[in-house]
Amino acid sequence: MSTQAEAKPIPHPTPDEQPYWDGAEVGFLRLQHCAACKKPRHYPQLVCPYCYSCECEWVDATGRGTVHSWTVAHHAFHPAFKDELPYTLVTVDLAEGPRALGRLDPSAQAELRIGLPVRVTFPRNAEGTSLPVFLLDDDA
Amino acid sequence: MSLRGRGAITGIGETRYSKRSPHTAFELQIQASLAAIADAGLDPKEIDGIIPIGITGAPAEAFVTNFGIPDLRFSALSPMGGASGIGAVQIAIAAIEAGLCKHVLIPAGRNVSSGAKAGVRIHQMPQFHLVTEYELPQGAIAPAQLYAPMARRHMELYGTTSLQFAEVAVTMRAHALLNDNAVMTKPITIEDHQASRMIADPFRLLDCSLESDGGAALVVSSSVRARDMPHPCVQVLGIAEGHPDSPSSITQRGDLTRLGIAKAAPIAFEMAGVSHSDIDVAEIYDCFTYIVMCQLEDMGFCKKGEGGSFVEGGRLRLGGPLPTNTHGGLLSQGHMLGINHIVELVRQLRHAGGRAQVAGAEIGLVTGYGDMGDGAMAIMQRG
Ligand SMILES: [Zn+2]
Repeated sequence: MSTQAEAKPIPHPTPDEQPYWDGAEVGFLRLQHCAACKKPRHYPQLVCPYCYSCECEWVDATGRGTVHSWTVAHHAFHPAFKDELPYTLVTVDLAEGPRALGRLDPSAQAELRIGLPVRVTFPRNAEGTSLPVFLLDDDA
Repeated sequence: MSLRGRGAITGIGETRYSKRSPHTAFELQIQASLAAIADAGLDPKEIDGIIPIGITGAPAEAFVTNFGIPDLRFSALSPMGGASGIGAVQIAIAAIEAGLCKHVLIPAGRNVSSGAKAGVRIHQMPQFHLVTEYELPQGAIAPAQLYAPMARRHMELYGTTSLQFAEVAVTMRAHALLNDNAVMTKPITIEDHQASRMIADPFRLLDCSLESDGGAALVVSSSVRARDMPHPCVQVLGIAEGHPDSPSSITQRGDLTRLGIAKAAPIAFEMAGVSHSDIDVAEIYDCFTYIVMCQLEDMGFCKKGEGGSFVEGGRLRLGGPLPTNTHGGLLSQGHMLGINHIVELVRQLRHAGGRAQVAGAEIGLVTGYGDMGDGAMAIMQRG
């Protein structure tokens, strides 16, 4: 088995999506907002679905939200994730409105429930990618 | 203009389903297609429309070449994963009704044992680019992991339990044991389900459908022609497709517990002019146990949140009030992208269902579910 086959999948952003990853690298959850009507959206898309403006700006979110749902992975569908099992993926309602998917930090596992207040961090992984990991939001 | 009663499924064909076939996906599609065309009493050269199913489907041209079809008048695609089969039937009936063609072949076939598994396929599809970019790198890879948050939300909001998922799995297995062309051949119990290993919580192994090799195909013709063809006419009374909110990302969907079929079902029932209590037999797309109960809710067989209790007490079993997946479904017969569900409904309404026949079945429904929640359903009637 080649090391190539074991490598974790990494994001391949288009130029339109790059600002999100630039934000992640410096620890911020950066969301697209419509430049005309100011509504936030995630994941990135070309057109504002409310006013159809194609102009957007990127704004750092508070990074805070609440758990909407989750799953705990017990089977590695890709060999690169095998050593991390079990891991929890949380779907989070961000304070700004859109949702985000991220890992739940194991320290919050015992408290996991719908509505649990969480805040995002972006630790850099071995592949050099900064991905969202949610911690308990003690200030909520 | 309504498509009510205009089209019929006039030919059905299946290969053996197995965990590992020596045949390529295209060979399996050809075998199933020849069987379906012969079942319709047609010569392959009479096929003048083709709608191939699935991203592993061969293009229409490959069938034209291999069958020597002299005049293909129509071809199309229905890119909705497991809802594509019913989507294709809808397109076929509309094309036939519009006079574009007479007999449409809908071929499907796959050899997953030699190729990409479901977890990989999604990330090769451009419409899910954002899931591939934002979710795959975090380890959200396979459908089980992408769909599990829908089930978890349902459980937390409505008290749905894994034991209720088990009811679905055990029922499908019991039906598969009556089917000579089912991959799974041993009975399972609720306890077996509960003891099966966790894959993507809350989905255990026995909540997940099979990965199967095989082929299945349909022929669609007008109901008028169908009455002169070999088998009892099975006409399509009502049919519709529905796309969920946020069709490319489950994460961003406002209501995680509402699938595309919630939009299709009222249209199909109204077109058919029948009510839920008229349904004698149901073939419901069962990629995961939870998806069956969610569709039952979305179709209005029970209220949102009541799907778990609805499936209890043997309601979906042969002999119960709503016999469901009489062939064993994707969970226990084989995964043929739901074309096997359409084939089984036709068989039931022809009264050719063998040991799993629902006595006197006159009206039945079949659903499809695909990708991130696309849905489709058809209501069919004998005669
Ligand atoms: Zn706008």
